[in-house]
Amino acid sequence: MNRRDLMLAGLGLAALPDLALAQGHAHATAAGTPVRGGTARIVVAEPPILTSAFITTMNIGMVSSKILEGLVSYDLELKPVPALAESWDTAEDGLSVTFNLRRNVRWHDGRPFGSADVRFTLLEVWKKLHPFGRAVFANVTAVETPDDHTVTIRLSAPAPYLFNYINTYGAQILPRHVYEGTDVLQNPANTAPIGTGPFRFKEWVRGSHVALERNADYWQPGKPYLDGVLFRFIPDPVARTVALEAGEIDVTIGSLVPVTSLRRFSDAAKYTINTDDGRFLASIFLAQINVRRPYVSDRRVRQALSHAIDRAALVRLVWQGYGKPATGPIPSSVSQYYARGNPQGFDPKRAEALLDEAGFKRGADGKRFRINLVSGSGDSLESNRAGEFIKQSLARIGVELELIIEDSAAYLRRVYTEADYDIMTSSLHKLPDPTLGVQRLYWTKNIVRGAPWTNGSGYSNPELDRIMEAAAAEGDAAKRRALVTRWQAIVQEDAPILDLVELTWTTVSTARFRKDRPQGDGMFAGLEDAWLALAR
Amino acid sequence: MAGAGTLSAAPAARGGLPPLLRRLLQVVPVLFGIATLNFLILQLAPGDVVDVLAGEAGAATPETMAALRQSFGLDQPVWLQYLRYLGQLASLDLGHSYRLNLPVRALILTRLPPTLLLMVSALLLAIVLGSLAGILAARQVGGWLDTLLSGVTLLSYAVPTFWLGLMAIVLFSARLGWLPSGGMLTIGASHDGLALLQDLAAHLVLPAVTLSTFYLAVYARLVRSAMLELHGADFIRTARAKGAGEWRITLHHAFRNALLPMVTMAGYQAASLLSGAVLVETVFSWPGLGRLAYEAIRTRDLNLLLGILFFSSILVVIVNIAIDGVYRLVDPRVAPRARRA
Repeated sequence: MNRRDLMLAGLGLAALPDLALAQGHAHATAAGTPVRGGTARIVVAEPPILTSAFITTMNIGMVSSKILEGLVSYDLELKPVPALAESWDTAEDGLSVTFNLRRNVRWHDGRPFGSADVRFTLLEVWKKLHPFGRAVFANVTAVETPDDHTVTIRLSAPAPYLFNYINTYGAQILPRHVYEGTDVLQNPANTAPIGTGPFRFKEWVRGSHVALERNADYWQPGKPYLDGVLFRFIPDPVARTVALEAGEIDVTIGSLVPVTSLRRFSDAAKYTINTDDGRFLASIFLAQINVRRPYVSDRRVRQALSHAIDRAALVRLVWQGYGKPATGPIPSSVSQYYARGNPQGFDPKRAEALLDEAGFKRGADGKRFRINLVSGSGDSLESNRAGEFIKQSLARIGVELELIIEDSAAYLRRVYTEADYDIMTSSLHKLPDPTLGVQRLYWTKNIVRGAPWTNGSGYSNPELDRIMEAAAAEGDAAKRRALVTRWQAIVQEDAPILDLVELTWTTVSTARFRKDRPQGDGMFAGLEDAWLALAR
Repeated sequence: MAGAGTLSAAPAARGGLPPLLRRLLQVVPVLFGIATLNFLILQLAPGDVVDVLAGEAGAATPETMAALRQSFGLDQPVWLQYLRYLGQLASLDLGHSYRLNLPVRALILTRLPPTLLLMVSALLLAIVLGSLAGILAARQVGGWLDTLLSGVTLLSYAVPTFWLGLMAIVLFSARLGWLPSGGMLTIGASHDGLALLQDLAAHLVLPAVTLSTFYLAVYARLVRSAMLELHGADFIRTARAKGAGEWRITLHHAFRNALLPMVTMAGYQAASLLSGAVLVETVFSWPGLGRLAYEAIRTRDLNLLLGILFFSSILVVIVNIAIDGVYRLVDPRVAPRARRA
């Protein structure tokens, strides 16, 4: 979930930026020979702790990923790339997975890293405490460590999605010697982490910054190039933008520069806008419908709402072109499972016909009925703008929409505990595998009162439940794809959730900041390959 | 708050205790009332810190959420939570921040100095520059300087603080590059001595000026009108007849009398600066208490928020007592003994 503070309410929709220019250099790899030294100054929102092993808050991941590592990282196609695991192998029956760990890796306190650390973190932290880890490692029956550098995971059923969530953001490895026998959630190392990563924790001055310094003992010889990384907390979006323009900082990650300000950084000679760093999250801005409520409990009404919204215009006007119209529950970046097309696409005439058919004809004043839409003020500025866009879209088919914006606590309470809403909007991570990021939103067993980001629409379809559960345990890739395709068609038809925009996470940096290896999970990169070119 | 010389004061207190101590004793029920109000008002906010934590975590099971509520004591009836809170306060223990996992007192103490620095600077700026503007304007009523100053004060009175701050950043940091756009010190520069002070001053200028503008305008207008009222007063005419210089009359005779309403206003300002600091600290990423309070509200970190509110109310009460002292200094007629006479 995207948690950005909003101070600036008055940002109007500006003219379209020159997108060809803005995105043209997104793929540009860093040219030239890396330069040693210097400190990269990066803006993030202040995280509550600095360990991601049991919590998915994005800004924690952005900081902790430089200190602590995972088994792999992901390339632009979201394929795993070795990190602390050098290689891996899945047994033919899919019931065991073996990881060969890198040798001669040391924790920042000098102790050797080994298979016992992985085993401990998997069993005691990811499987027990991590909100997604519980699902990812649910089938794990045992973890064997034949030697210090080998980990074998035994599974009760194949779990192909496991390989999609073992980077430093999804499954961060903690030092067993620091955590074993302690209350993991309260361990002091959570705010002063000891990792294996390219940078060591130096200090955290609350409200101001987190400082990291180079790990001279890093396992990649000669790296990192930087002497340190400095994370600064600048809560106001305009102040951030100015600080980047004034050269006081080098990088903003996680779309911290509002899309309306991005064109100020369109000069490729001075700035780089990376649009690939968040591919791994596969985030979609969506409207979830409370199917327990009158009017929208009728599937035809939900389909009509879907037909009323022009997703392409939404991307163009509200997201300034940074994003893609979504067609279904799985975003196009998850190419393995993406199915083109949406039978419930933009078609206002069809929308009106469906509403008439459902018996909600226009009244004397041209209106059919009135419902509400709730959004959280902690979500992006764009999400609140999108609410206005949806309101206008629905007005055209005679549906009156009342917009309610509340802060996170009130919004979560209203949606997931009280279910007192008709439509809610949110930006949710679909993750590279539908079993991890999509199933939770439709699964009957995940209708859990009070718990955020569960199946809050109340939608329940036993046939779909069977398909999703079968897909989760299917080891054969082709069969699994067929199941996911069927799953997609069902939820498009029933429309408990309208997937609207595939979000693009932007990293804006000065052109001096270079990173050699493009990553699909670049928001959570270790930055051992990052360097600062000399000022011209 | 009851004045120091009210008849309702208990005879023992009136006879035995020194006035300052008596004032401090009267503060206790006031703080109790504030603490109670704070607690009750915060109960009205929908959602709690566990909702926020679970939301931030990405997912949670109802079991872990229930366990968290239990460990924070949020599952207990409100009256019990209230009694526990009062008990904590009585032993001067502000509790633990649920979300940041640190003692509230430590959090407040690290964030208080930056806020105090900002507040005191803004207060001094507002008083000094405001009085100066008021005096200058009053010396030539209707003149070009008066018109100019009236215009400027009206503008700074009307412009929202956060907008002014943003525009100042755009001008002085982005365009001109004279001053840093935010933060309190250049991180990693490890200055010491004079260089450290210079660095701090450079970071302080924009937020302090921004925070001072509103009250600067108020003081300027107050001083101007107070000076004008005194313009034809007997003692001014007498001073002039004795041959005192214009500046001496202005500063020594007229301005001293104009100070009284300003001192009252300064008491107000000191209290309201705390709330103004939330916006200014956010815009300038100043690591102060205001931002911490805002975060605490957003995340329903009740212990932290109650701690900050309690601390702030103590601060305001202390300022009020100090202001009473300043009254007596500025104007001897205010002293309790003199009033009773």
